[in-house]
Amino acid sequence: MNLYRKMYRTKIFILLLLLLFFILFSITLGDVKIPFTDTVKIILNKFGFLSSKIDMGGIKKSNIFIVLNIRLPRILLACLVGSMLSLVGTSYQAIFKNPMADPFVMGVSSGAAFGATIGILLHFNKGIIGFGLTSILAFGGALLTTFIVYNLARVGSKISTTSILLAGIVMSSLLSSGISLMMIFNHDELAKIISWTLGSFNGANWTQIVVILIPAVVGTLFLTTFARELNAIVMGEEQAQNLGVNVERTKKVILITASFLAACAVSVSGIIGFVGLIVPHLFRLILGSDHRILLPVSVVGGAIFLVICDTLARTILNGIEIPVGIITSICGGPFFLYLLKRNGRKKLI
Amino acid sequence: MKSIVGINKLSFKYDKADILKHISLDVEQGSFLSILGPNGSGKTTLLKNVCNLLKPHNGSILIDEKDIEKIKYKELAQIIAVVHQGTDVQFDFSVFDVVMMGRFPYLKRFQSEGKEDVEIVENAMKSTSIWELREKSINEISGGERQRVLIARALTQQPKVLLLDEPISHLDIKYQIEILDLCKRLNKEQNITVITTLHDINMASRYSDYILLLEEGRIREMDTPEKVLTEKNIEDVYGIKVDLIKRNDNERPIIIPKNM
Ligand SMILES: Nc1ncnc2c1ncn2[C@@H]1O[C@H](COP(=O)(O)OP(=O)(O)OP(=O)(O)O)[C@@H](O)[C@H]1O
Ligand SMILES: [Mg+2]
Repeated sequence: MNLYRKMYRTKIFILLLLLLFFILFSITLGDVKIPFTDTVKIILNKFGFLSSKIDMGGIKKSNIFIVLNIRLPRILLACLVGSMLSLVGTSYQAIFKNPMADPFVMGVSSGAAFGATIGILLHFNKGIIGFGLTSILAFGGALLTTFIVYNLARVGSKISTTSILLAGIVMSSLLSSGISLMMIFNHDELAKIISWTLGSFNGANWTQIVVILIPAVVGTLFLTTFARELNAIVMGEEQAQNLGVNVERTKKVILITASFLAACAVSVSGIIGFVGLIVPHLFRLILGSDHRILLPVSVVGGAIFLVICDTLARTILNGIEIPVGIITSICGGPFFLYLLKRNGRKKLI
Repeated sequence: MKSIVGINKLSFKYDKADILKHISLDVEQGSFLSILGPNGSGKTTLLKNVCNLLKPHNGSILIDEKDIEKIKYKELAQIIAVVHQGTDVQFDFSVFDVVMMGRFPYLKRFQSEGKEDVEIVENAMKSTSIWELREKSINEISGGERQRVLIARALTQQPKVLLLDEPISHLDIKYQIEILDLCKRLNKEQNITVITTLHDINMASRYSDYILLLEEGRIREMDTPEKVLTEKNIEDVYGIKVDLIKRNDNERPIIIPKNM
């Protein structure tokens, strides 16, 4: 008998079904409307053993191309990024015991934006095999900044929560000023830089997915094995240690893994805010603080949230695409304030 | 008798001044020890050294005859369980889940809680009379109930030593008796060594096999309640004059402050 697995399995299963539905539904939407059944057929046809049984007659070649090469990679990339950001948010909030901590507190976003801006200015944007050097610079910038913030906040072998938040904020402002400066001197690239800092999945491709899939999956599975440690840590670090948790080491490992995941996410999508705040909070309110359920549910929930937001981003205005970061902020901001108001200070972690 | 906690010439300081000075003592397995002393005398600091939250800057601590430095975190948590003072965090766990956390030191990373763990949790909750509360949120119960939840969690660690820091300071007299009775029962029935700090001298006298009286980070005396609780010791350490009362020879002494 496994008490917890059984209790949680149904909830996660329902969320997975929801995710599948939203993915398929999102594929049908866009400038070209594609019928739901055709969408399902096109995808199932890709599974070799099924292709002989599926009647592909009457489906336009162009629609197949749109589904497989434009919409599907974009939506799957949104899923991956949403999962990572939301999982990272849940983990940060637990180890910092601060409900406001999000994937960007460690300076990940500003570091990534700084790296990307340099990439854009040096015209690295062309990209090799679809994964732009800009992305690589963004990834490097994110990791480097995290590393600096981490070392600034480290006192001996301990990491102080307050110093890490402060160091993150200071590094962020510093790098943002740097970005602004570069923008002033390079009017031509202004639009590109701004669109990067607002986040977008425009131009998503299979290469990006292939590149981040393995780190994303490994990192995610690894983090979810720390559920019990996180539960103990939110009860208080001294208690956690007396329960047998090596608190300092756990915090370090989680911090590094989570920052790495955040850097992966940012490098393919630009800066998308609020996902790591909204999704964990929502599920914490519904399901409580138990990370054994919270971590897996954040993964699936983050994917659902970002798929919905990205679908809105590309369909809400005819012909014009809104950066998805704006959508997440527009949905997220008010929702977040509502949660804050409704719950006061209670149950935030 | 076997010594379960042995402290040898321990000194400890936070920054400059020594807070604990040359503490040496042995705690027998299965005994009930209370640590008394005025505010700031170092009771909490001593407990935290014993459970490895603080590291002594001199001297050594042996737990179950092993140097505490050489014991892994999980292994130590299987020997010593700690009930901390007034824990107040914003979280939302069920009482059952909080008690289940006590199984942490026994579970491997990829192992989930099994039938045996559930049984251990159930037993611990029943022996602390909180089984009825299992589905409530830890935020929705009283201070006395929460104290029992934390003791139940400590019990699921199946420890040899139970450390408590002022377990009764926020409780009314009924809960005070209930918690200390519970500790005494665990001490007698399961042979768990109990080490607790207390402010109530009479409670310490009533429940303890031994009392450790701390005075500014030094051991004033460690012995049976009859020997430690003398008018002179109390006047020297706390600076108040008291009367000692014993209703009969078999009973432990009670103190009453003298009239002004
Ligand atoms: N984190 C700390 N940093 C510096 N000094 C500390 C710290 N914690 C306690 N102290 C000092 O150490 C001394 C002993 O404190 P401790 O908490 O052990 O006393 P206590 O006997 O438990 O007191 P109380 O009865 O009030 O709980 C005090 O003088 C206190 O000011
Ligand atoms: Mg104290």
